[in-house]
Amino acid sequence: MRRLWPQRRLNRYTAAPLALISINLLLLITFFVWPAVTGLLYSFTSYTGIGTAPYVGLDNYQRLLQDDAFYAALVRTLVFTAGVVPLTLFLSLSTAVLLVTNYSKGKSVARVIFFLPWLISPIIAGVIWRWMFGENFGLVNYLITSLGGSEVPWQSNANLSMLVVIVAAAWGGTAFNMLLFVAALKNVPTAYYEAASLDGAGGWAKFRHITLPAIAPTTFIVVLLSVLGSMKEYALIQAINGGGPGTANNLVVQYIYTKGFQRAQIGYASAASFVLMLILMVIALIQLALNRRKDS
Amino acid sequence: MAATANSTATSATGELPKKIWATALMWLLVAVYGVPVLWFLLSAFKPAGELFSYPLTIFPKHPTIKGFTQAWTSFDVAHYFVNTLIVAVSATALTIVASAACGYALAKYTNWWIKGFAICILATTMLPGEVILAPLFLVVRDLGLYNSLAAVVVPSVITATGTFMFRQFFLTVPNDLLEAARIDGASELQTLFRIMLPLSRPIMLTLAIFSFQWRWNDYIWPLVVLNEPSKYTLQIGVATIVGAENVNWSVLLGASVLSMIPLVALYLVFQKYVMSADIGAGLKD
Repeated sequence: MRRLWPQRRLNRYTAAPLALISINLLLLITFFVWPAVTGLLYSFTSYTGIGTAPYVGLDNYQRLLQDDAFYAALVRTLVFTAGVVPLTLFLSLSTAVLLVTNYSKGKSVARVIFFLPWLISPIIAGVIWRWMFGENFGLVNYLITSLGGSEVPWQSNANLSMLVVIVAAAWGGTAFNMLLFVAALKNVPTAYYEAASLDGAGGWAKFRHITLPAIAPTTFIVVLLSVLGSMKEYALIQAINGGGPGTANNLVVQYIYTKGFQRAQIGYASAASFVLMLILMVIALIQLALNRRKDS
Repeated sequence: MAATANSTATSATGELPKKIWATALMWLLVAVYGVPVLWFLLSAFKPAGELFSYPLTIFPKHPTIKGFTQAWTSFDVAHYFVNTLIVAVSATALTIVASAACGYALAKYTNWWIKGFAICILATTMLPGEVILAPLFLVVRDLGLYNSLAAVVVPSVITATGTFMFRQFFLTVPNDLLEAARIDGASELQTLFRIMLPLSRPIMLTLAIFSFQWRWNDYIWPLVVLNEPSKYTLQIGVATIVGAENVNWSVLLGASVLSMIPLVALYLVFQKYVMSADIGAGLKD
């Protein structure tokens, strides 16, 4: 009995959890560890997807750092991110506050409408905004010309088409973040507001000094997720204008996709992927560090 | 402006203007979010000739469903629809099984390697598919999955969000329940299937809706691993209509609206599971 008991314990508490994690373990090794390792190895080769993978050392990375198209895509991605993240943050917090406050009426309908874009895929969202901002057929230009203005080149001007993409991305990204904010806002203890009211604090003062600090952890997550999400944007811009006009608004993932799959430069695309991953990690670490410093 | 949540204002005088402001602002935002979709929907019912004829009208003068029928039949949307449904349903079912099992293990067992594995799962969020696109494609090709729907489904089964949703839930289930089942002689897996899984139904439904949405709306990964038009999912199908030299807007509008229907229907039925979702763990696929 004394010998059997530990044996049985060991079986139960090693075999059972091992069996339970086995699916995820297998998938993790096959679809994360394996591609991550081979990707890193391929980034030092000029592999094209077939045949041998000749070792070229740091050549891919050197070429990448000298490639103007890569820099252009990187800068465009940063511009896109810098536009989308603040706008998404503002819109998702505003909608969340309006859905939580006691002052607004008709919340049940508003909630469904605010949430609608989450159900719409980036491709379809892109089509919707392309339809609205078509240069010579869109609703927006029709309204502008009806009011006496001239047609705005939403598609053929690089900055304006970027603007459309930014607005569309914020429109599509609001719902999920709004959900996070609603949960956070509901968790702020009402006693804080009551105490502040007794002290004579106004609505704005309460929002600024109670609500914002209380939801700071959620704000951090929203910013982090939005930044990482926008750095990887591809489908939405593809459907709105294909990164156009020309290649003016090609983002990093589109660059990787074009190199890797249309030109079969797997090695080179892998190098670009690792640079993107490095940038994402640096961004995440900077944000984590900033968040820590603010906490202490 | 009434910007404060849960505010319990004491003075009655300031109430009415605040209500008006907040309500007006909210409905303005409703317009911002709703109008693009509404305009899109109304346009989809316009005949092809009316789409571009000035002056534009809000409502179709001669409503028609020709765009839908044309998309459904001659542009193969029916086929794409079935493919997407197969992908979304099977990926969702597998995701729930894998995430529930793994989440349970992470919550209720305390081996050192379980803890290490939890960190590995979290680390996958730093390695999204877009970042390892090319090598992931090679792995899938070498496994012989290229150009099959399985290539879309299998790699997407593992998700940190789903696993941690279940982990957080199972952490709240008292260990006494587990001990009681053990004393009664239930095996570990029996305990999971008979006691724990039925308890976690709300989480399962929430994850089901999220997973279904992820897979239904997925674009770049299916685009990379699917080659033949007969295997295309809806998003790729719609994207090919957009990418055409001359965009056939009538078909594009019809196909787009059709592709939105399942998710909207699913959301309207299971709204409460989405809106109360405890996704505060802060992960997103």
